[in-house]
Amino acid sequence: MAKKSPLPKLRERDKATLGKLTGLADAVAKSALAGREPKVEIPLRTKGNTTWDKKRGILRMGDATADRELFNLNQAKQFMQTMLHASTIKDLIEIGKTSSLRGVFYKAKHTVAGTKENTFDGQEESDPILEDLEVTLGALREELHIFAENRGTLVGNITIIDKGDEINARKQGSGGWGIPSIVEADVIQFGKCEAKFVLHVEKGTVWNRFNEDRFWEEHNCILTHGAGQPPRGVRRLLQRFNQELKLPIICLLDCDPWGHYIYSVIKQGSISLAFESSRLAIPEAKFLGIRAADFKDCKLPDAVKITLSENDIKRAKEIAAYPWFAEHKAWQKEIAALLDNGFKMEVEAMIAKGVSFVTEEYVPQRLKAKAWLD
Amino acid sequence: MSTATLPDAPDATPCTPMSKKPAPRATAETMGARQRDISVSEFFAKNRHLLGFDNPRKALLTTVKEAVDNSLDACEEAGILPDITVVIEDLQPDRPASAKSSRYRITVVDNGPGIMRAQVEHIFGRLLYGSKFHRLKMSRGQQGIGISAAGMYGLITTGKPMMIQTRPKAGKKAHHIELAMNTKTNRAEVTVDEETDDFPLQRLRDLPQARGVDVLDPAAYPTGTSVTIELEGKYQKGRGSVDEFLELTAIANPHAKFTFVRPTRTTDEEEDVPLLRKAKGPESGPASPGMEPATPATTEDLGAMVVFPRGVTELPPETKEIQPHPRGVELGTLLQMLKDFEQSEKGGSLYHFLQDRFCRVSAGTAGDFCEKIGVTSRTKVADIEPPQAEALYKVFQEAKLGPPPTDCLAPIGVQQMLKGMFKGVRAEFYAASSRSAEVYRGRPFLIEAAIAFGGELPADEPARVIRFANRVPLLFQQSACSSFKAVAETNWRNYDLQQPRGSVPVGPLVVMIHMASVWVPFTSESKEAIADYDEIRKEMKLALMECGRKLGAYLRKRAKMKREGERRDIFERYIGEIAQAVEALNGTDAKKLYEALLAQAKRRTAIADLELDEHGKAMKDEDPADQEGVLIVDAAGASPAPAPTPGKPDPFALSKKEAAALKVAALAKTEHDEPALLRAPAKSVRAKEAPKPATKPEAKSAAKPAPARAVEASPTPAKPAEPAKKPKPRMRLVNGKYVPVDDGPSLF
Repeated sequence: MAKKSPLPKLRERDKATLGKLTGLADAVAKSALAGREPKVEIPLRTKGNTTWDKKRGILRMGDATADRELFNLNQAKQFMQTMLHASTIKDLIEIGKTSSLRGVFYKAKHTVAGTKENTFDGQEESDPILEDLEVTLGALREELHIFAENRGTLVGNITIIDKGDEINARKQGSGGWGIPSIVEADVIQFGKCEAKFVLHVEKGTVWNRFNEDRFWEEHNCILTHGAGQPPRGVRRLLQRFNQELKLPIICLLDCDPWGHYIYSVIKQGSISLAFESSRLAIPEAKFLGIRAADFKDCKLPDAVKITLSENDIKRAKEIAAYPWFAEHKAWQKEIAALLDNGFKMEVEAMIAKGVSFVTEEYVPQRLKAKAWLD
Repeated sequence: MSTATLPDAPDATPCTPMSKKPAPRATAETMGARQRDISVSEFFAKNRHLLGFDNPRKALLTTVKEAVDNSLDACEEAGILPDITVVIEDLQPDRPASAKSSRYRITVVDNGPGIMRAQVEHIFGRLLYGSKFHRLKMSRGQQGIGISAAGMYGLITTGKPMMIQTRPKAGKKAHHIELAMNTKTNRAEVTVDEETDDFPLQRLRDLPQARGVDVLDPAAYPTGTSVTIELEGKYQKGRGSVDEFLELTAIANPHAKFTFVRPTRTTDEEEDVPLLRKAKGPESGPASPGMEPATPATTEDLGAMVVFPRGVTELPPETKEIQPHPRGVELGTLLQMLKDFEQSEKGGSLYHFLQDRFCRVSAGTAGDFCEKIGVTSRTKVADIEPPQAEALYKVFQEAKLGPPPTDCLAPIGVQQMLKGMFKGVRAEFYAASSRSAEVYRGRPFLIEAAIAFGGELPADEPARVIRFANRVPLLFQQSACSSFKAVAETNWRNYDLQQPRGSVPVGPLVVMIHMASVWVPFTSESKEAIADYDEIRKEMKLALMECGRKLGAYLRKRAKMKREGERRDIFERYIGEIAQAVEALNGTDAKKLYEALLAQAKRRTAIADLELDEHGKAMKDEDPADQEGVLIVDAAGASPAPAPTPGKPDPFALSKKEAAALKVAALAKTEHDEPALLRAPAKSVRAKEAPKPATKPEAKSAAKPAPARAVEASPTPAKPAEPAKKPKPRMRLVNGKYVPVDDGPSLF
């Protein structure tokens, strides 16, 4: 038996991806050798090319594409970067390894021959190129052997099998289980699950409060957070809980436009990843709070108010105008109430009513009353 | 008593000045006894500043200038290509450093036709004597004051007479004459008059400065004149110096060769204004013997002496003398002309007078004029009364007449100006323009302008304006000169130059303006500034605008080339990466792919730059006229290296240094002044059709302190130098690309 197998046997899915990559290169080579200027057709990831699928309640990417041309001053570098990343991904697939976004950036980063210019100046140049490749090739990120940094944490009444290892989410101490970037069924399977719903909170501090108060135990749920705008791994996992385990997803987010948009992304999908909406969006997700009316209802002190900035107001109005909010009367009222208040509130504001007010009174009461927006 | 207080001259009226004795009053008789002719020379001896002898430094310059002007005029009139040598000897080399001036001996030798013995005294010993004053013909000198005034200045300051050697007949002995001018009689007194074989003076050839260099080779001076004047002066370089004068004269007279032997010691004050060229400094040493100093087309400064080589071998066209134009004469002149005519043609009619003594007056026009002032065609000039003459003068002003003939004017010519500027100014871009003749006060004149831009010129100083009148540089009173005003009034901002309001542009720019006329209106007798006539200034501005447009077109083109270069750079930079990535992905041969993409990049940038400007809008086709009269030297680093034309040798294969040595200019006009555009194929065809048999001595030879740029050897009767070694193809910048130039004829 050889010490190192030169190349692992390719899985079917990898073969398909490799075929797509070769096709991309073939098109470039063919037009170049035929004297035509090479270009790559890339689906547009813009709001303009995003349509609202009202029936399914998710955002979808439209059919519009843009040509990325080599002989265009504004696109030449991106064209080069696209080809470089395509070749990097091919390497990853062939050696059967995955790499982080940052790893891929470093792998493709070098100085352009004969110059002092870097192929990539920073990861912020590299990441969008990879997303371009995803949509161009119609391949998921994991199919490209790329993952993002782990972000988001889970704890709760469920057993998860991660690459064959059994994770008992009930026994994750104070830290919880880090949700990986790739949570597809071939990596993550679900074991025994007693939980009846998922409570997704905005960020780690709130999650810590709920975990310390053993909220998930008392209310028999799964508790997750996505460190702000949840990454794809968290969203995909939530969607699988919802679709495979039929668990309702209930969100506890800040009372500000950013909280509202996190909910929107979880529920309908995001504009830049609209092509993945069917894999990520959870149209049934519910928004439990914080609500604009809570300031009065909970008799919160003035100290918790954070005045809306101009940017907040602008963003709130933008969100109100999104088609998936525009036709939603309750949400129009909610955003109007927020603007009317003139201030925003974070989930942590509830601490003004007692350290565990939010876990012991606010959330249980709301859950009981099913007082949420959806 | 009131009367007792009166002054002691009781008979004096109160308004008389008080004096002890009443002065004897002048009578008409006593006054008449004192009244006499004032000799012109006496007048100028007292008023020498009027002639440019204000101070020792200027006196030195004026003396050289007058002698050189005369020499050039004489050579050209005789159809001889001028070869003029100026030698300044310092006669008090041991003077203390504090001395404000010193005694110099100035000798100017030309290869002109020489002077008939009988004329010598008149030419050199008399003010206001000359062949040029009385005729309407374009020449450098006008009044016949200059050289005799210089001689007089020398006489006044040193007591030494002027020394003249002249050989009017080749192979014969030369006359050696020494003469001093008597300021009272306006006549020269000859002190020495002998015949000699010593021409040009052996003494000058033996000067230490001239050692090792063939100065004043007798073979080059078969005929000619040498003038020597000793005077109190001051030699100092910089603005307004002999150096500058010769330098500028060489620019405006590319057909002439000048050699300047400097004095051994100069006044210690250093120049503060740099000259056009950067002096090489004395360490360069003299050229090695056997090397003809006239071969390079750029000026060589050898420290102890400077050689301004000949740039072109054609003399300026011979100019014709013209009759005055009716509109150009004033009433007094008209009356004098009538009188002169009556004297020479006793009983001549006005009808004939008009046709005979004026230009552009036909028989019909003359008849009209007679009719208008109420006389017949048979009326005699003698019978014309002053009121009729005045009426005639008025008729002249109103008459519709053709402009005066212009064959009396000899422009320097676009080609020659470019050659002259190229030789004297180290720039990157040269443009010249020659206007057609116009008229001021009935006198024809013609304006030419040239500009040199970039290269070694200082980038952040006001442009230097060099002014010429009938090919003579004007060194003083710049701001009083019409040409300077024209430069300041021209809007250079239109041509992508900086220009403070109401002032000359700022940038690496030299502006040359030349006015050619049968009578240049100077503001003073020292001929330092051109008077500000509207007609003249307008023409100057038009000529400048023409040059400016060419410069603007060039600058835009340069910017465009830069854009093209940057753009191509970007594409080319990435193509290699892409080819490798594609090869890694699907196994396409990276090299093949690279070449295919490179070809596309080149095509793409060429197309884009032809059709689009930076805003993506279509650019106007360039006016081919903008490319005429233009000379472009691609100085190293001055512009981005443009890409090679496919199929032609790749200049990038050359090292930077080699490439710099190969920078050769594109020139729009040929020798025959026909508009030849910068089209490479046409050029090469011409090159094949007319190969010149003469071997071109290669200018940049290792033995010489060679100028850092390629120069065309001028086909002067040079000693056959080593056949040119041409290891590299000559390249020429054509339409933003390098194309090889056939080793054939000179571009000029």
